[in-house]
Amino acid sequence: MEMLTYKILLCVIVFALSLGIAAYMTWGERKIAAILQDRVGPNRAGPLGLLQPLADGIKMFMKEEMIPGQSNKWLFILGPSFFMLTACMTGVVIPWGSGITVGDTVYPMQITDINIGLLYLLGVVSIGVYGIMIGGWASNNKYSLLGALRASSQMISYEVAMGLSLIALVMTTGTLNLGEIAAQQDAGWANVVYQPLGFLIFLVCAFAETNRAPFDLPECESELVGGYHTEYSSMKLGFFLFAEYINMFISSAVMATLYFGGYNFPFQHALGLEGNWLAVVQTAVLFLKISAFIFLFMWVRWTLPRFRYDQLMNLGWKVLLPLSLANIFITGIVMWLTGKLG
Amino acid sequence: MTTLTQRSKTVSVRKLSLSERLYLPAILKGMLITLGHVFKRKPTIKYPEEQREFAPVYRGQHVLKRDEAGAERCTACGLCAVACPAEAITMDSAERKKGEEHLYREEKYASIYEINMLRCIFCGLCEEACPKEAIFLTDRIVPSSFTRGEEIFGKDKLVETPDQPIDVSKRQEAGLAAFKKNKQHYHNRTFRDARPGVAAH
Ligand code: SF4
Ligand code: SF4
Repeated sequence: MEMLTYKILLCVIVFALSLGIAAYMTWGERKIAAILQDRVGPNRAGPLGLLQPLADGIKMFMKEEMIPGQSNKWLFILGPSFFMLTACMTGVVIPWGSGITVGDTVYPMQITDINIGLLYLLGVVSIGVYGIMIGGWASNNKYSLLGALRASSQMISYEVAMGLSLIALVMTTGTLNLGEIAAQQDAGWANVVYQPLGFLIFLVCAFAETNRAPFDLPECESELVGGYHTEYSSMKLGFFLFAEYINMFISSAVMATLYFGGYNFPFQHALGLEGNWLAVVQTAVLFLKISAFIFLFMWVRWTLPRFRYDQLMNLGWKVLLPLSLANIFITGIVMWLTGKLG
Repeated sequence: MTTLTQRSKTVSVRKLSLSERLYLPAILKGMLITLGHVFKRKPTIKYPEEQREFAPVYRGQHVLKRDEAGAERCTACGLCAVACPAEAITMDSAERKKGEEHLYREEKYASIYEINMLRCIFCGLCEEACPKEAIFLTDRIVPSSFTRGEEIFGKDKLVETPDQPIDVSKRQEAGLAAFKKNKQHYHNRTFRDARPGVAAH
């Protein structure tokens, strides 16, 4: 019973945290964009513009709600809701820390420690594309439809390479359980050492999956108006944009967990910290890693131009897919040679 | 073939090398460039708190000056309107009545004086043409407005208030002021110069 309340509490915390961090990522995005372009960025609402997300949120709510007459109303509403829902669902399997011990019960910092966590992640991420599909299709607008088509084909193409790059990781770690993968990296090296190519593929795919530049073709404001969210206004548009930031946050968390040691950091046991204090520091370190990845996302966005659609497809199917297959093969051979294969 | 400039470059359409086709080196290079901009000085001027430094001869919103006694200097001669290349100035004149001497310096004055700030190009020719040292461009910025009508500035906005004179000393170059006082030139002569006996009010 006590565990259940704790889990519910953790759910609420993770949910609130994702929302809060996503809100401040919009601020960070604008600030970083500004800094990279020799500008100052938002600095009017509050000190350093820190209240800007709040102002943006209020603006979004105050905007007129438009549902095009020709659209399918229910699907039109379902689209962004679905996108948001799947974005929030991914956070439950990520181990945010090693666990807090009170008395003799250990409170894990992970909402559900399912043994197929990795599979769950991939599954939820791939249904996320339905949000975009439904939204773009229900809008009954050719730009939205084109954007939605692009989004779905892009996400499906890159999911293949992403999944295959993860297979190589699963081969080395021997588990699909995210908590275990994170814990394993405590003793040995971070997984990126064993899977550098796999990480690179995963990184590129993560950019594509979150629809971030240089893979932001679904939006593609220069040719498709706003892509799949052309017809959206008010908070429904806000949901689409917001969910993208949550996705980015979760992808960063997944990358940190899978490849960069999760909440572990080098020499953590040499610090001589007590169990609970260590857990707190570990969580802080995880968030530091996540922030670094988020910065990378934004840094890349404000550096690179967008890919052309055929380039995107070529990269996905002709480069990343063979590479990830080769990665599996090489991993297998190395494991066989080192005698790690049972 | 001779080229017009030395800047022309020969373009090649060779196949990309492997490292170029990998994108990654180029991406890293690009990212280093953007990272370099993090440490650059920001040229932004945070406007209401910081203000751009104006040149002493900055030409902004006009002012119609009053003389030392507080009377309007403009005599509605229309020279500024003639000089204005943008035809931004219109005016109407009226004769000074008895007892209005403290209001208007000359016997004729501008009853209406309007500058259309949307037409004005802030060239300063009106100021140069004025024989009465009546109109000056100042370092004030013309405020923006929601309607075009508001941008036609009448005397209410142009004439300085007697208790808050607007400093134009930066624009009254000594040489120019001396030239304008030179009565040898016809256009510098006033009604009073023709009849020296008439005393100033
Ligand atoms: S500044 Fe130039 S354009 Fe403007 S009113 Fe004077 S003469 Fe005309
Ligand atoms: S030139 Fe000077 S005196 Fe003549 S109308 Fe213009 S402002 Fe008035």
